Amino acid sequence: MFGYYLSLALRGLRRNPGLTTLMVAAIGVGIGASMTTFAVFRAMDGDPIAYKATQLYVPQIENWDPGVHSLNSSVGPDGLSDALSYTDAVALMRAHAAPRQTVLYETRFAVTPPDPQLLPFQAGARAGYADLFAMFDVPFAYGGPWSAADDQAHAPVAVVSRALNDKVFGGGDSVGKVLRLDGQDYRVVGVLRDWNPVPRYYDLQDAFGLLPDDVFVPFTRAIDQHEFTGESSNCSGPQVAPGWSGLLQSECVWLQFWVQLPTGAAAARYRAFLQHYAQDQQRSGRFHWAARTRLRDLRQWLSYEHVVTNEVRMMVVVGFAFLLVCLVNAMGLMLARALFRSTDTGVRRALGANRGAVFAQGLIEAAVIGAAGAILGVGLTALGLAGLRALLSREALVLARMDLPEVGMAVLLAIAAAIAAGLYPTWRATRVQPAWQLRAR
Amino acid sequence: MHVHPIFSAMRRNKVGAAVIAAQIALTLAILCNALFVIQQRLALSARPSGTNEPDLFAIANEWVGAAGDPVARVQADLALLRSLPGVAGAYVTNAYPLTGSGSTDMLSLDPEQLRAAPAAQYFGDEQTLRTLGLRLIAGRNFRAEEVANLGTSDSPHYPHPSGLIITQTLARKLFPDGDALGRGVYYGGQHSTTPIIGIVERLQVPWTRIGGWGSAWNDSSIVVPFRYVAQGAYYIVRAQPGRLSALMKSAPRRLVALNHDRVIGRVQSFPQARTEVYRDDRGLAVILAVVCAVLLVVTAFGIIGLTSYWVAQRRRQIGIRRALGATRLAIVRHFQTENLIIAAAGSIAGITLGAGANLWMVSSFATARLPLVYLLAGVAVVLGLGQLAALRPALRAASVPPAEATRTV
Repeated sequence: MFGYYLSLALRGLRRNPGLTTLMVAAIGVGIGASMTTFAVFRAMDGDPIAYKATQLYVPQIENWDPGVHSLNSSVGPDGLSDALSYTDAVALMRAHAAPRQTVLYETRFAVTPPDPQLLPFQAGARAGYADLFAMFDVPFAYGGPWSAADDQAHAPVAVVSRALNDKVFGGGDSVGKVLRLDGQDYRVVGVLRDWNPVPRYYDLQDAFGLLPDDVFVPFTRAIDQHEFTGESSNCSGPQVAPGWSGLLQSECVWLQFWVQLPTGAAAARYRAFLQHYAQDQQRSGRFHWAARTRLRDLRQWLSYEHVVTNEVRMMVVVGFAFLLVCLVNAMGLMLARALFRSTDTGVRRALGANRGAVFAQGLIEAAVIGAAGAILGVGLTALGLAGLRALLSREALVLARMDLPEVGMAVLLAIAAAIAAGLYPTWRATRVQPAWQLRAR
Repeated sequence: MHVHPIFSAMRRNKVGAAVIAAQIALTLAILCNALFVIQQRLALSARPSGTNEPDLFAIANEWVGAAGDPVARVQADLALLRSLPGVAGAYVTNAYPLTGSGSTDMLSLDPEQLRAAPAAQYFGDEQTLRTLGLRLIAGRNFRAEEVANLGTSDSPHYPHPSGLIITQTLARKLFPDGDALGRGVYYGGQHSTTPIIGIVERLQVPWTRIGGWGSAWNDSSIVVPFRYVAQGAYYIVRAQPGRLSALMKSAPRRLVALNHDRVIGRVQSFPQARTEVYRDDRGLAVILAVVCAVLLVVTAFGIIGLTSYWVAQRRRQIGIRRALGATRLAIVRHFQTENLIIAAAGSIAGITLGAGANLWMVSSFATARLPLVYLLAGVAVVLGLGQLAALRPALRAASVPPAEATRTV
């Protein structure tokens, strides 16, 4: 029966090529617009480390006086800043209240290649603790992370990206080689495989940053060397003392902090620990207020930090509103078509087809239109993504692309949309009185 | 013109009319909001930075290692840059406009920072105003001897700037009742005030995102007399007209030849910076414009499709009316008026929908309120579109011969 309806549908659609083209175009254009924007949204909203999303947490501590209204880019809508001061970060590291934890901050190194023919160049870098590699599932090609002892010893060791290893050492196992960073010698302990999570969830200040992380060094070492902290340090009020030691003593926030907590119970314990820590700071006189603390998991953190830009959100809304217009349009056209062909329907009914059969056939026709629209829509989505790549900056770097799931979704959406649009027109067609239609001619 | 027959005809096609009205309502709601966003973004990306952009470029410089006196090597660089043929000015700084990154200071009228205004701070020297091409409208420029060095991590004290040059907007904000020149403000968390020695007409903050950091005080900037001798800094160079691209290639090479212990990062002209920093805004405007255009086409074809169907369905009735003496014009007017009534109903729904969508965007995207003129413009567009789309089917209807009335029955 299905095959018969299908051939009927195809034959019927061929009889009104103009209307059919319009309907297919409407569905296709709508799918193209909505799927293009949705692909970008998905790429930005992606969960780069999904299975750990509920194990990785970010603590926040209210180390700025909530009574003083501070206008600062690092302060979220809840008045808490999204990074920690050196004092708090070091205290949390010392407390070691989670199975794994790390401080992180972004810096950069001038790398001097051993080959004197090559000019020094700049490399993006991350200072952290040894735990970071296990926490973020960083894959190694050679060697491995530095040890906790290296962290303690402020050791000059480094883990390098595959790209940097290729550039400086010409690839291969470079473990044990010496890398010159900002004029200091570091021993390479590990070389990574390709690793570039998008968005770069462990530092949302720079979620779609241009400079990849090519070097990882122990936090303790980077602090000793006064390694550049970038422009991402935010201060409320003056630094007590000038220079680097002033920054370390200050309430400026510039450090990311991550903890890994395996269970909800562990998270609850860590929350209690944080609150306890804040109360201690209040007792010791550092905070003159009851400081709030927060512990957000990765998913909550991504939404708290507004990873998806307003431009993209707006485009998604416009894309789907556009799809809705296209559907209403297709529905109008289907209605017109169904009424155009009420004579056919009358004949079929008179020849014994019941309402259910007419209804099923109408819906199959709608589905065929949807499928044709899907083909057009997938093509337009590819075109739309290419257009976005040419027009937008960071969104383009996110590598929004169409994989099998996106294509599958586009096809399903198109067919579902076409059937939804076809429901009423088809139902209208079933109300045709056979006798009436036959009499007219 | 009698509208009664139109209404009775429409009553027989309730759903069809509703579909067209719904489509017009949605189109209007999207259209007016999209036009508003387009206008906003284009206006945003056209804001002046206050600098002489066509002749300016920046060189990102980072020193390798701690070799050499940090102040002497920067001074040598500046002397070299200023001596190059074709250079009209150069200075070293922490940030420049149109980049989206910089640093902020809270300028305050009291040490407790209760009456404070945020401002973007640009470090510079006596050549900064000339290099950027800022227009000094009051006061004076820095003198060479007033410029202090900043950025060596072992310097024992934060220098206290000898004076500040601020923008006109910031001056008005800090001292709404009068002259800011010569008045003192607390800068950089210092315990004593710094005098304002000059006021420039305009200097944009580095941040440009709509609703983002700095968007509420886009023209509040200060120039602080610090020679920025830190590990990483930017040299801003002004070329003589027509010399920009040649200098962008030669100047970095000359710097490396002077001193090897450095990494030259990005060399970016101000026009490039402008293109890049506003790329998303212009991109969004283009995307929305394309969406609007396609939307109008889709809606027009939807109207043409349904109206054509109505014409075909009513051929006999049209024939009867023609036979009874109706002119062709009367038939065209019938369908045009029908479309106008449906489109007007759709427009009323669309205005409500569009205003509602805007309210939602205001709350979730922090955009501005939709001015009424956009709604009216949107209404004009959809009504015009409807009339245009209905014209072809209406003309087809007018060509139905009166003899059609006698065809059947």
